[in-house]
Amino acid sequence: MITLANISKTFNVARRAKGAGAAFKSLFRREYNYIKALDGISFHIGEGEIVGYIGPNGAGKSTSIKVMSGILVPDGGECEILGYTPWKDRRKFVGNIGVVFGQRTQLWWDVPIADSFDLLRDIYAIPADAYKRSLDMLADALDLGAFINTPLRQVSLGQRMRAEIAASLLHNPKILFLDEPTIGLDAVSKLAVRQFIKTINAERKLTVILTTHDMNDIEALTNRVILIGKGRILHDGSMAKIKHKFDSYRTLTVTFAPHDAPVHIANADIISWGCERAVYRLDISRTNISAALASLGSELNILDMISESPPVEEIIAGLYKEHGI
Amino acid sequence: MIYIKYLNMHIKSLSQYRASLWMMIAGQFFISFFAFAGIYLLFERFGSIDGWTFGEVALCFAVVQTAFAITECFARGFDMFQRMIINGDFDRVLLRPRSTLSQVLGSDFELSRVGRLAQSIFTLWLAASWLETSWSVAKIITLIFMIFSGIFIFTGIFILGATVCFFTVQGLEIINIFTYGGREIAAYPLTIYSKWIMRFFTFIIPFACFNYMPLMFLVGKAGGNDALYMLTPLLGMLFILPCIFVWRFGVRRYLSTGN
Repeated sequence: MITLANISKTFNVARRAKGAGAAFKSLFRREYNYIKALDGISFHIGEGEIVGYIGPNGAGKSTSIKVMSGILVPDGGECEILGYTPWKDRRKFVGNIGVVFGQRTQLWWDVPIADSFDLLRDIYAIPADAYKRSLDMLADALDLGAFINTPLRQVSLGQRMRAEIAASLLHNPKILFLDEPTIGLDAVSKLAVRQFIKTINAERKLTVILTTHDMNDIEALTNRVILIGKGRILHDGSMAKIKHKFDSYRTLTVTFAPHDAPVHIANADIISWGCERAVYRLDISRTNISAALASLGSELNILDMISESPPVEEIIAGLYKEHGI
Repeated sequence: MIYIKYLNMHIKSLSQYRASLWMMIAGQFFISFFAFAGIYLLFERFGSIDGWTFGEVALCFAVVQTAFAITECFARGFDMFQRMIINGDFDRVLLRPRSTLSQVLGSDFELSRVGRLAQSIFTLWLAASWLETSWSVAKIITLIFMIFSGIFIFTGIFILGATVCFFTVQGLEIINIFTYGGREIAAYPLTIYSKWIMRFFTFIIPFACFNYMPLMFLVGKAGGNDALYMLTPLLGMLFILPCIFVWRFGVRRYLSTGN
């Protein structure tokens, strides 16, 4: 469905030196920095998949989304989506995709949201009955009813995002690109957006490509993660695999009957020590929970314990660090 | 047509700000009213310029004002195109299965120019009645051609100005020489200027096609070449074709460089 093979793209960015003199000089002669935004990207995404596209800012996420949505021509490589080469058949191709930019709106600021939808119907030339079906379904699933006749500038950010997602699905696209769809949303709206993406993916076999910095989005929605950094793909596979790879420690929190002196155990650091509660960081490549508990139990009267894997954010940060991005 | 739907949306948006719209319309009316008063005072002092009478120049002025007001009203999207590139809205245009030209044209609409248009049409009516010439169907058709020719040429210049944004991101002020400057220059029959200005605005940017050439036919100075002078406005309209071609080139460049 989506196949990218060795896509590369280099941008020339005018070099700007400090100072008025240099700025004046650059009016006449410019020097360029060449930035490899994409350095041989290849992957395949099948119909109905949800893929999390992650990487730090400036890694090449937006650039590759632009290539896939047909608004940027790469320098080299091949890209085939739904039988089209996106940038060659732009006008035919874009009718098959929906794109949501979390930071920008495609709706009209001063008119009721429903009117913006009607304009989209005309732009995409959606037949009347198909439009009605689509709109009813989306309004129901995203709960737009309460504010669909309100001008966009008067609705909340969460409502706006729901309207944006609906707007990009009115023409019933086969692929949906979501660029940071949960940015700035409150917890309830985030959950609503995630729930909707899951539902529509299951019902319509919609393929979803999602960029985000919120790892909860990824955990809630998908198992497949493509990690991009410095224009290259660093990982393509399940989140569980990444976790496993970086799963080198456990945070162990123990509660015990009062005990004054800190208890040290092998292959573990004490992160905090109170007289009834302590937090250890366990290096599980060299020890395990049972050994740690055994040595703790010999000195403490343990009342309760919690063992936690590192949070995903920390794993991702470790991953970025390992790849030097 | 999709453009009508865009217009409809703009009018809905504008209705949210009714009071400010009426003030802008009134302001635009007076701006062009004073420009016209300036010409009147000039002629009161000098009688005629290079053989052109007040009525003739007023007609010329009114045609240019009308064409420019209509262009600014409808082709405002190109005038404001720089904003579209900077805030990334042009990406959205490319994501839709419609031509970029029709979407950019539909992206903005400046209803306040209606004030200017009203004043221009009023002047046009005045000038037409002052002119010591007998009006005929052919002359009225020519006058309409002139206005349309002006709209096409000014729109072409706006498109060129927008195209510059693909290359520099920040639009060049230089294009205003041809829009606002062009409007001022073409308010008078071009024959009053020096040769090179006249040649430039005949062969490079064909203001002459809706300016003094058809005007000579209207005031009976064509000297037997009636049909030729009558049709020059239609030739002028062709100016928009190379502008569209250059625009397409700019879009292709944008697609390969991004922003």
